[in-house]
Amino acid sequence: MRMEVSDPEEIKLNMTAMIDIVFQLLVFFIMTFKIVAMEGDFNIKMPLASESADSLDVELPDLITVRLLAGENGNIASIVVDDNETLNEITMYQELTRIVEERLAGEGDPEKASETEVEFEIAYNLKYSYTVKAIEAVSGRIQQDGSVKKLIQKVKFKDAKKGS
Amino acid sequence: MRLRNTKSCQILEGDLTPMIDMTFQLIAFFMLLINFSEVDRAEEITLPSSVLAVPPEVRPDYQVILNLEPAGEVIFEGQRTQIERMDPILIRQVNSAKREGVDNPADIAVIIRSHEDTPTGLVQELIAKCQEAELQSFSLRVKEKIN
Repeated sequence: MRMEVSDPEEIKLNMTAMIDIVFQLLVFFIMTFKIVAMEGDFNIKMPLASESADSLDVELPDLITVRLLAGENGNIASIVVDDNETLNEITMYQELTRIVEERLAGEGDPEKASETEVEFEIAYNLKYSYTVKAIEAVSGRIQQDGSVKKLIQKVKFKDAKKGS
Repeated sequence: MRLRNTKSCQILEGDLTPMIDMTFQLIAFFMLLINFSEVDRAEEITLPSSVLAVPPEVRPDYQVILNLEPAGEVIFEGQRTQIERMDPILIRQVNSAKREGVDNPADIAVIIRSHEDTPTGLVQELIAKCQEAELQSFSLRVKEKIN
């Protein structure tokens, strides 16, 4: 017996509704899309006062004190390191990095160097961006090959007083 | 004289497949990039930038993101509060962390997103206020600067 093949009928789907939804979705995602810069953190150590008092018998790590002084409009005026070196040139942040690097190199023992802390005493009205620059200067520097040389990872703030 | 349209009327159907393909690819791209987790970011805050800023590798078990404006107002979960009125919010966060299994307030990561023009004294006041709630782990958030 011979089978007869019927003509295949072309089935047409109505795509209009799907395309409408798809375009609406696309518009939603385009409108809500924001290009956001990557963000990173600088960790700071701020133990409670009582804990510091308990650990008085523990050997204190090497401490570098950095004072950031503000000028007019909250701009940076100068940086004082360990109360004896005053930096007030345009390159003060690079100088701060150099001093910290020299101090760490002078430690000899790399383990001890990694324990070194920086305590910032910051003028109350100093703009935060200058503070971040100083933290960056003590935290490390970008070497010529593009890699990061880490310096001090332990940073703390001394209590700020209004009008300082 | 009457003109007769000799052209026959035909429905033209273009092939929509490539367009639909592209549209779906675009949707997939935007869906992957959309980030709902950063709702705590206050857009009005301009962060200072740093070349050494590295995004944190591990997300802390519990984090509190505080946005600080130059005038001293803290934006937390969309609400503005003065620094001196932060105590109830911080206590609530400490209790909320406990419910989520972070019992020690020292393990709560406080991320401070301060505007670049904020006086640093205000940042320190905010840190001192957090310390009153026994918070000890602080991070200063900055924008990554491409060198």
